[in-house]
Amino acid sequence: MSDLHSLSLHQASSLLAGRQCSSEELVQALLKRIAAVDASVQAYVSLDAESALAQAREADRRRASGGSVDPLLGLPIAVKDVLNVDGQPCTCASRILEGYISPYDATCVARLRSRGAILLGRVNMDEFAMGSSTENSAFKVTRNPWKLDHVPGGSSGGSAAAVAADEALAALGTDTGGSIRQPAAFCGCVGLKPTYGRISRYGLTAFASSLDQVGPLTKTVQDASLLLRAMSGHDPMDSSSVDVPVPDYSLALRPDLKGMKLGLPKEYFVEGMDPQVESAVRAAVEQCRALGAEIVEVSLPHTRYAIAAYYVIATAEASANLARFDGVRYGKRVEGEDPIDMYGKTRAAGFGREVKRRIILGTYVLSSGYYDAYYLRAQKVRTLIRNDFLKAFETCDALLTPVAPTAAYRIGEKKDDPLQMYLGDIFTVTANLAGICGLSAPCGFTGGGLPIGLQILGPGFKEENILRVGHAYEQATEWRLKKPELKG
Amino acid sequence: MSPSNYRATVGLEVHVQLKTRTKMFCGCPTEFGELPNTNVCPVCLGYPGAMPVMNAEAIRLCVRTGLMIGCRINPYSKFDRKNYFYPDMPKNFQISQYDQPLCLGGEVEIEVDGRKKIIHVTRIHQEEDVGKNMHFESSSGIDFNRAGTPLMELVTEPEIESADEAFAFLLALKQILVYGNISDCNLEEGNLRCDVNCSVRPEGQKELGVKTELKNMNTFKGVHRALSYEIKRQIDVVSKGGTIRQETRRWDDAAGVTLAMRSKEYAHDYRYFPEPDLMPVVLPTAQIEEWRQQLPELPAARRARLIRDLGLPEYDAEVLVADKAVADYFEETARLCGNAKAASNWIMTEMLRALTEKGLAIGAVKIQPVALAGLIKLVEAKTINMPSAKEVFNILFEQGGDPESIVKAKGMVQVSDSGALETFADQAIAANEKVVADYKAGKKVALQFLVGQVMKLSKGKANPQVVMQILEKKLQ
Repeated sequence: MSDLHSLSLHQASSLLAGRQCSSEELVQALLKRIAAVDASVQAYVSLDAESALAQAREADRRRASGGSVDPLLGLPIAVKDVLNVDGQPCTCASRILEGYISPYDATCVARLRSRGAILLGRVNMDEFAMGSSTENSAFKVTRNPWKLDHVPGGSSGGSAAAVAADEALAALGTDTGGSIRQPAAFCGCVGLKPTYGRISRYGLTAFASSLDQVGPLTKTVQDASLLLRAMSGHDPMDSSSVDVPVPDYSLALRPDLKGMKLGLPKEYFVEGMDPQVESAVRAAVEQCRALGAEIVEVSLPHTRYAIAAYYVIATAEASANLARFDGVRYGKRVEGEDPIDMYGKTRAAGFGREVKRRIILGTYVLSSGYYDAYYLRAQKVRTLIRNDFLKAFETCDALLTPVAPTAAYRIGEKKDDPLQMYLGDIFTVTANLAGICGLSAPCGFTGGGLPIGLQILGPGFKEENILRVGHAYEQATEWRLKKPELKG
Repeated sequence: MSPSNYRATVGLEVHVQLKTRTKMFCGCPTEFGELPNTNVCPVCLGYPGAMPVMNAEAIRLCVRTGLMIGCRINPYSKFDRKNYFYPDMPKNFQISQYDQPLCLGGEVEIEVDGRKKIIHVTRIHQEEDVGKNMHFESSSGIDFNRAGTPLMELVTEPEIESADEAFAFLLALKQILVYGNISDCNLEEGNLRCDVNCSVRPEGQKELGVKTELKNMNTFKGVHRALSYEIKRQIDVVSKGGTIRQETRRWDDAAGVTLAMRSKEYAHDYRYFPEPDLMPVVLPTAQIEEWRQQLPELPAARRARLIRDLGLPEYDAEVLVADKAVADYFEETARLCGNAKAASNWIMTEMLRALTEKGLAIGAVKIQPVALAGLIKLVEAKTINMPSAKEVFNILFEQGGDPESIVKAKGMVQVSDSGALETFADQAIAANEKVVADYKAGKKVALQFLVGQVMKLSKGKANPQVVMQILEKKLQ
């Protein structure tokens, strides 16, 4: 079989179950695909082919030995370089973690591993997940498989590009302000940010602890629901993981949207957004109506304060979270005259510009005398934004919005204008501030052939709502069938 | 102005290592004395992605302390990050409690020179310890075994006015902590550490003087010495018209002086903010009440009870209760022998003497309360006399065992049989004519000598009372 690499998880799972291919063949096919196209896409930062093949052979042995078999057994998954995998590097795309080998598995990784999934390799990202284009990686610039001179989005740009370029069947990403949903939209795949507390963060190198969440990037909504279920549930190692039952999300996937009420937040259709994006999203809304959903307009009045509040809270938490990278215990060290001097030199050499910018910003907003004006005020805004959503979800099962105001932009286009870059997160940061779940699904292309994403936001711990909407919409359209043309 | 016209104002910050099996935010053991960096894991080493999980037992111990000293227990408290860079701090922030600690208020009673005084406690909060820097000839290392150990910080109001009061406070606090089974309070292992804030001002002046903070005192005695030195130093400076700089000073125990640390370097802005990886601690009233019900008897109450119920003199109660283990030993012995005063006498004299001599804690002795009680009963039943009993005590102390077997093996059973004793008495009278003459001439003490002679003849086994009666009768 020549195109094993282009399968979805579900397709590959049934081939494996029917013994039509082995896990080893699957991994071989992906390695071959990576060898062919990754020189242009640049999605992977490290790849241990031997380890992946060994895991695959082990999965094949488990299958051959009979008994009940997990649907994830033998399925290779790429991992964002921010998640710890025992014995693998975890650079967070930063020089400061060069040479660091993780001594443990993140809980989400351990859960996938225990079900027999194969940890394929590590994919690129913005350094410490700070960025929206993956241009902030210290190692390489990942390219959008649809147009190689365009960004894949970020920070999980490597994850999205790998899935879109068929270099992985699925990938894990993390989403602090849109870092799964936006690259999924830019690369034309499915990205799910679960509710805060749904998946353990243990082993996710923290950027902003109160906003970070692990999630899948996949080729279909069904695949996202499979990975979500496998990774979800309370973890005693993460106090913020919530002990609520994990439903079988596949049961929610139906071909129609009858009986569902979907809200259109008027603040998410703003002047200045790309008209092609707006029309694609509005067409998707009509499609949902045609599938039986009732569409209502809602208001989330505090949306305009979201970006400011987000960049205060996220940078404040980051300034403390990244303090541990000091050259003392692991990672890069630049010697100095005394410890303080060593910290300064190590961090100056180890962190990139954007990371430094955010550490400085976060340190500032927490400083004595500024705390009330910035951090405390941002937390109040956060409460207001959460209340906006609670009110909207009193009447709606989910909300439909664009993922980003534009499709992917050219590499370098916004790199020197951080504020412009931050504003691109306007439709995604709110879900993180409110702690709710969000899904990004392909909903069309620009005239230039770049994917456009539809964002479906749902109430906390109601992932079944957004998966249902995403699945019905996806199945009613054919966006998922289109693939980028890559030589290889 | 003369130095005696100054008043000192002192506040203490006491760090107490809680007696938990595992660390504050991970499952690593808290054992002391392991090889460096063996009791560590990704969490307490601050590895990327590792997250803290609260140790519920540490919370219980902190609240229990608060309940013992009458704090208000915060039904809702939270943890915060205290940010500063230091090599012994794995995350470069310490998880501590800033504005919503577990316990508020509270008080500890002290007594100095017979004068009782209440020292108010401002707050008690829970936090984690840091690692330990180690400096070698040409390099430095860090042992993270201690990093993440549960620490409770207790802050007093600035109501302490002398080194003696500070010392008395620490002793009283330690007693309470040991009674509550909160901490081993082992100073050598750093279970209890104390920083001191100190200022002086002229008598009659309302506003406080500029304070200094003293660090690096490793013992209570060190606190006393450092504080005595610092108070005198400040008074010297101020009374000569100088000014005190607000600074942190390091106690040099060997030199017996406090020395200024570079002040700039320690001017921190800790940038506290709520720890997003931990949920707030919510303590329902029922939980707090349950813990209140489980409170142990505190030293003051125990003293009162021993005086009231067991009829001990105040002095005995004071001495016994000072060390919880001693008091426990005493009560067990008294219960088993039914004679509290005898038990108290034995423990306060023989036992404490032997413990001091051997440098032992009462928990480590071989003589069990049941053995001491048995010994007391043997004396009461006049089976053995006092000198024999002391000999038996020493054997029990050294080797353990049960007193009756020792008495039997050594043939110490007291001879009260008048037949045998009369023979000894006759021998003694016959051999000491001059003494007998003295006695008959009215020198009553001479009888004691004769009693001693009979004791000797009986190889120490005679009952001295009976011997005395026999001699008196014979010499009438």
